Amino acid sequence: MNATGSPVIARAPGRTDGSLGTTPPSWMQALLMSRYQFRDYLRSRRFLLMIGIVAAISAILIAVIAHYRPAGLISTGAAFFGSAWIGGVGVLIIFSAIIFGGDAIAGEFQNKTGYYLMGLPIKRWSVYAGKYLAAFGASLVTIGVYFVVLLLAGAYFVGGGAIGAGVFESFALVMLYLAAVLGTTFLFSSLFKTSMYGVIIVAIMFLFGFTIVSALVEGLVGVTPWFIITWAQSALSYPITGLPRTAGLSAAGIVVYPTYAQGIGVMLGYFVGTTLGGLALFEREEFT
Amino acid sequence: MNPSLEARDLSRNFGTFTALSHLNLKVEGTKCVGFLGPNGAGKTTTLKMFTDLIFPSAGEAFINGISVQKDRKSALSSCGALIETPEIYGSLTPREALELIGSLRGMERADVRSRTDEVLNEVKMTEWADKKVGKFSKGMKQRINIASTLLSDPDVVMLDEPSTGLDPRGMAEVRGIIRGLKGEGRLVFFSSHILSEVVDVCDEVVLIDKGKLLFYDTLDHVNARLTAGGTSVDVEFVRPVSDDDVKGRLASLPGVSGWSRLDGRRLSLVVQGGPDVRSHVLESVAALRLGLVGFHESRSALEDVYLREITSGDS
Repeated sequence: MNATGSPVIARAPGRTDGSLGTTPPSWMQALLMSRYQFRDYLRSRRFLLMIGIVAAISAILIAVIAHYRPAGLISTGAAFFGSAWIGGVGVLIIFSAIIFGGDAIAGEFQNKTGYYLMGLPIKRWSVYAGKYLAAFGASLVTIGVYFVVLLLAGAYFVGGGAIGAGVFESFALVMLYLAAVLGTTFLFSSLFKTSMYGVIIVAIMFLFGFTIVSALVEGLVGVTPWFIITWAQSALSYPITGLPRTAGLSAAGIVVYPTYAQGIGVMLGYFVGTTLGGLALFEREEFT
Repeated sequence: MNPSLEARDLSRNFGTFTALSHLNLKVEGTKCVGFLGPNGAGKTTTLKMFTDLIFPSAGEAFINGISVQKDRKSALSSCGALIETPEIYGSLTPREALELIGSLRGMERADVRSRTDEVLNEVKMTEWADKKVGKFSKGMKQRINIASTLLSDPDVVMLDEPSTGLDPRGMAEVRGIIRGLKGEGRLVFFSSHILSEVVDVCDEVVLIDKGKLLFYDTLDHVNARLTAGGTSVDVEFVRPVSDDDVKGRLASLPGVSGWSRLDGRRLSLVVQGGPDVRSHVLESVAALRLGLVGFHESRSALEDVYLREITSGDS
């Protein structure tokens, strides 16, 4: 009993000075955060939604190919994966970014989950990185499912021998593009404290915004829109199709396609730039 | 180590509005300190700066001598804080949510397991330990939040209106938990605008209003200060009491310096002196055989001081 006559809550055995435990390094806290956030994603309806989208795209694609047997598509591995894989994965990356990343940071403010974490001895960048890694992991799982389905479909329609190393190289490039798109998504999400705004802005930018800006830049200003992330997306197919390895020029002299190196450079630039930008915003954001 | 919280010239402006103005406060030692003030006084703003949820316009906040603004990770390592009513990821169970907290704090797995059982038991949530938090009521979530705050058994416990969302039984249980935390080397600092809660569990009280510190003192001193000016006592009788009886018999009792009528059966007496004098007045009133059925302080001493300080700040 203490002075108030209440039973005292005894101190935990094994305490060192201050509290139980020794705060781990920030990078480890980021990994721990990502583990729990990833678990949260895997149990969420949004994950089921993404798997549903993957299943729907895969089912429609396979049904159409099985029914029509288009010679141009199933003649070679490059033709099959150049169309089916590249055609679908771009959409999946954008959907994943919207669904897993659109409200990732804004939601911490709106849903007040941030209050649960931010009073802990953890640096803000650990929370940001943990959430980013979890969103990347969840997106990769859905894209990975699509990739595996297409490998099986490709083996059936084209033959296992037709699946070249380029398909796997393209998958690696998709991971880089996903990292860049998610970085951009997290940057947008860091701008707002309302989940819906984050999701809507990300959706608008990736579904129409960047395309419109690219068209305006090309048409009105006559400048190659190399600084738009979607411009780099063409490079995802290069390991499979082999072309164009050099930049394609339009009649107006606009570089329509990036080179392989340019594509990778833009993706890396976006990943680094948007991640640093988003982090800087999150570091200054207040839980008012 | 003596646990401590210190605000040095801590200020915060939101545009032209000053939420907190040059707060200088040091709370140190093993005790429970109530942080009082009306809505908008700056209590939550202060606690948010102590946990780095918002940033000061000027000044610094220290936990155990470490600046929160310069080294939040070290400063918060020996502090458990519950600010507002946080939400927990809905797909996690309380056990998993506590596991997350424990792992981020670097607790050993065995410690996390044993402490999880202990703190869930403290907040009476053991039977819900493996159900998903998403379906919980606000009160149940707040219990898990309190459990999360206590998990690592920190030296400094900061609670921002911890009874928010709880039913009366839950509020009483939280008071019991806070009382239980007293002693054993802990510093408990909790904000509230429920005065009875503070009187019930605190040793000391900090009062702020409009972003300014009004006073920081022990409850004993607050009581003594007020007793010097007289205490209001509500007296209730079973039947109406005439003015003649009041003037001739009650108002002239030793220790009674004034009176006012609340209604036909109830009066408010001003009693000069401490508990001994009040006890004597009670016996004297009962001896008058006017049908006494109730005799209690109109307000707590803290409530009187609170109202006096807040009101004087308004003028």
